[in-house]
Amino acid sequence: MQEPASSKIENNSKESESLKVSALWTYTLHLADSNLILAQRNAEWCGHGPILEQDIAITNISLDLIGQSRNFYQYAAMLIGDGATEDSLAYLRTEREFKNCLLAEHPNGDWAQTVLRQFLISAYQFLLYEKLQHSTNEQLAAIAAKALKEVTYHQRWSSEWVIRLGDGTEESHQRMLKAIDELWRYTGEMFMPADYEVAAGFDVALLKDDWMKKVSSVFEEATLPVPEKVFMQTGGKTGTHTEHLGYILTELQYLQRTYPNAEW
Amino acid sequence: MKDSKVSPPTGGGEGGLGFPLWEVFVRSKQGLDHKHVGSLHATDAAMAIENARDVYTRRQEGVSIWVVESKFITASNPDEAGELYEPAIDKVYRHPTFYELPDEVGHM
Repeated sequence: MQEPASSKIENNSKESESLKVSALWTYTLHLADSNLILAQRNAEWCGHGPILEQDIAITNISLDLIGQSRNFYQYAAMLIGDGATEDSLAYLRTEREFKNCLLAEHPNGDWAQTVLRQFLISAYQFLLYEKLQHSTNEQLAAIAAKALKEVTYHQRWSSEWVIRLGDGTEESHQRMLKAIDELWRYTGEMFMPADYEVAAGFDVALLKDDWMKKVSSVFEEATLPVPEKVFMQTGGKTGTHTEHLGYILTELQYLQRTYPNAEW
Repeated sequence: MKDSKVSPPTGGGEGGLGFPLWEVFVRSKQGLDHKHVGSLHATDAAMAIENARDVYTRRQEGVSIWVVESKFITASNPDEAGELYEPAIDKVYRHPTFYELPDEVGHM
């Protein structure tokens, strides 16, 4: 993982400084948005889980992710200034301003699809936070260190489910295959850095090999095939989303937009 | 990373679907023993531990979890309470309260 490239920037003009800051808060927003949107998706299971223990597990994960997103939003708000708050960033931005990965906004589908999505993202977040906790940016490092413990459990929980469903009954195996088919094309985006990621000094492409190793080993135990030569969809990191995000934000932001500044 | 390899359930449970009931015991941070806190369904021991963590420790109830498949617990029959427990009532000599400790022993 590259450290912030401050030593490589010869020209310390105000312009390059403010570009770096804007890259930094854009990157922070990307981290916050991915967490928030995935949390919102997982929360859709509340009261509808296949069995009580899993309803609690998935909503626990959702709460963990909301907590992480809050930390990132608060930091981004501080960097942006100009009256921005965690609430204004979460509730008042529109689709094209959101920087979450496409994978996070994908529909839940059935339980197989939900646990697979969680595993694919958690495996990525685990590697990301593991590196990020050593960043020279103290704020991001602190947030990552705390999030790492939560994500370690998310990865464990979701990988165990992928294995049990993959190496389960004929039906569960078929559902996992369908889920892989559905989600795989959105996994590439996580490792293709957007311009602001490069500018902020985080080369996420470096994580891809370790991620593939982890996914391959879990898939092998789950008797599932790792897809090859799949065209990867991108765009989420730069605000070009699927139509799903519109519906998600409509629900998420409805209250704040209908009753601005409502509190209880 | 994993506690145990996924092993097939010990038969039975929820209509033969392999989702048996487990009893959960949790030890609190200051506690010395695991207390029974409830039960849950899981396919195997590793999942039972994770479910117990999700359901029974989310409010910091404890730092150690034991899970046992319910069928491995044998309980005494409440109807037999008379013969099992009443005879002990008037046997005060079973309590270690009659021995006087010499001063040299100090606090025990």
